[in-house]
Amino acid sequence: MKLGRVTGRVVSTVKVESFEGLKLLLVQPLDEKLETVGDPIVAVDTIGAGEGELIYYETSKEASRVIETHMNPCDAAIMGIVDDIFIEDKK
Amino acid sequence: MILGKVIGNVISTIKAKGYESKKILIIQPIDPAGNPKGKSFLAVDAVQAGVGDTVLIIEEGNSARAVINEPEAFTVKSVIAGIVDEIDCQ
Repeated sequence: MKLGRVTGRVVSTVKVESFEGLKLLLVQPLDEKLETVGDPIVAVDTIGAGEGELIYYETSKEASRVIETHMNPCDAAIMGIVDDIFIEDKK
Repeated sequence: MILGKVIGNVISTIKAKGYESKKILIIQPIDPAGNPKGKSFLAVDAVQAGVGDTVLIIEEGNSARAVINEPEAFTVKSVIAGIVDEIDCQ
């Protein structure tokens, strides 16, 4: 899993059947210091994350299993909303 | 499997299916000598690891579900499978 911040929404009218009714969000991956890492991705959201929120997401086949549909085509999904993170002080 | 060091934890209330009541830790991958290598990521804890521990991480779904002993947790992929006591390397 990786940390990320929701930076926007992706609106798509014509999409595969199993995506109907699902929210697609633009997610910017972050490191533990909440600094930007790499390029934004589009992730499926089933838990109700909103713009600006800190989240964690998972990629690959496991992401597709947030939706019950068998053989769902999806490679990134938001797994949780971060309330707080604690980092060990580096001395 | 990869080696990493636990550098922090994530508090989260709203979670996807399969993550309920799981502890989520922040991992910094390390090389065998213990130096940080690569970008940090998150993993579900299955062995009661804590900040500062060197750990073994599995990033594969079927194995992760076996480690947490929940075959129905289809969304879980990254899991901490062991706490490393010692690494012997030349």
